[in-house]
Amino acid sequence: MTETDAELRETPLVETHRALGARLIEFGGWSMPVQYGSILEEHRAVRERAGLFDLSHMGELYLDGPGAGDALAFALVSDPRTLAVGRAHYSMLCAPDGGIIDDLIVYRLAETRFLVVANASNAEVVSDALADRVTGFAAVLDDRSLDTALVAIQGPAASGVLAPLTDVALDELRYYAIAEGAVAGIDALVARTGYTGEDGFELFVAWQDAQAVWDALSEVGAPAGVIACGLGARDTLRLEAGMPLYGNELDRATTPFDAGLGRVVKLDKPGDFVGRAALEKIAREGAARALVGLHVTGRGIARHGHRVMVGDRVTGVVTSGTHSPTLGRAVAMASVAPSDAEPGTMVNIEIREVPVAAEVVALPFYRRPR
Amino acid sequence: MNPTDLRYTNDHEWVRVEGDTATIGITGFATDQLGDIVYVELPATGTALAQGATFGVVESVKAVSDLFAPISGEVVATNDGLSSQPELVNQEPYGSGWMLKLKVADASELDSLLDAAAYDALNAEA
Repeated sequence: MTETDAELRETPLVETHRALGARLIEFGGWSMPVQYGSILEEHRAVRERAGLFDLSHMGELYLDGPGAGDALAFALVSDPRTLAVGRAHYSMLCAPDGGIIDDLIVYRLAETRFLVVANASNAEVVSDALADRVTGFAAVLDDRSLDTALVAIQGPAASGVLAPLTDVALDELRYYAIAEGAVAGIDALVARTGYTGEDGFELFVAWQDAQAVWDALSEVGAPAGVIACGLGARDTLRLEAGMPLYGNELDRATTPFDAGLGRVVKLDKPGDFVGRAALEKIAREGAARALVGLHVTGRGIARHGHRVMVGDRVTGVVTSGTHSPTLGRAVAMASVAPSDAEPGTMVNIEIREVPVAAEVVALPFYRRPR
Repeated sequence: MNPTDLRYTNDHEWVRVEGDTATIGITGFATDQLGDIVYVELPATGTALAQGATFGVVESVKAVSDLFAPISGEVVATNDGLSSQPELVNQEPYGSGWMLKLKVADASELDSLLDAAAYDALNAEA
């Protein structure tokens, strides 16, 4: 277990986490709560009620100006120009060879204003790459990562807890939409996005306002059974929902097509974009790998880095694996040869040098009831 | 404070000796550090273990940890209940969460283990 180092960055809520008894670990250069008590309890809270997350380590980058849409369409694989104001989509920043530098959410806040949210561990790389790529466009990049806090409330009870605290009409705020408003009297961007597979909201507020927003949500949420949740539960929740994690499913050696996310790449958008030639070639020729779900049918828990075999042949590697709290069984995501990606394919995972049987299944492992 | 009738290792296993049988598990400190235990892998009955040898694995949601034999001996029983209820290790680490029983090969090895006071002191430093 990694203990916290002095030079790590701290979110504005770090003292709150300590007071709640959180175990803090290093994550992407930040000291972050991995769990407050039981990861299984925190996971269950999000599936059944709601959980409160401090995600202030994430990177927030604003792009402003009449050329902002064109600039992002050049810099990213998606086409943010197609977003209506107040809507968001999932996107990626790729290298010229098509390798993924980071996965992102892009929000269109106004006709000429966008918010790009990057992973903490990549925030500086993304900021530098965007600054470079938007040069020459009529747009100004403003990296607000270190003075923007992000508090998320995720789970079926989230809207009921947030509604009395905000003037944003949550009934009209669709999934992957964002609105400006007040939360507990504080200026906020309220987004209906998340990384748990549940309904929920992400609230972007000024650094110094994070505590007040957190406290208000905690107070209103407590009677509904809302508890603070750490990165441990966030990881099991996203894995069940089949959502990729940068550094596991996604990295510089992986293209969006390798990760089953080719739909994010808009090859038909007008104009050039970074990675276009390489990604067009892969789209034409087919990806070298496929991302699959695995149910471990033998005994054991598959983990990141375990080899996946078909007979004596190595077909790939486990990218993420855990005990699924909701399913009560071991599940994994793996990057395998496309010919072994069909659901129903039987494979073996090498767990501590012992082959353990697993079956390829469709992702996600969990879909919330509607 | 850990039970005073047990012996402990630096790796957070405990040993309870009754006659020539040693019952082995992991400590409350270890289960607190690991968090929710979701999988326990134990050796087959009849396996001969040398002191310090890896005898199995305990997995929490986040972490995988090896288990080490505190003393040498032959495995005479394992706690089968842990395959369906690994959470017993969290709930009763010194009781229903026990892991295996060894036929003690060399009782003098017990002298190399920590008593409760020394083990508590070890964890106070951590």
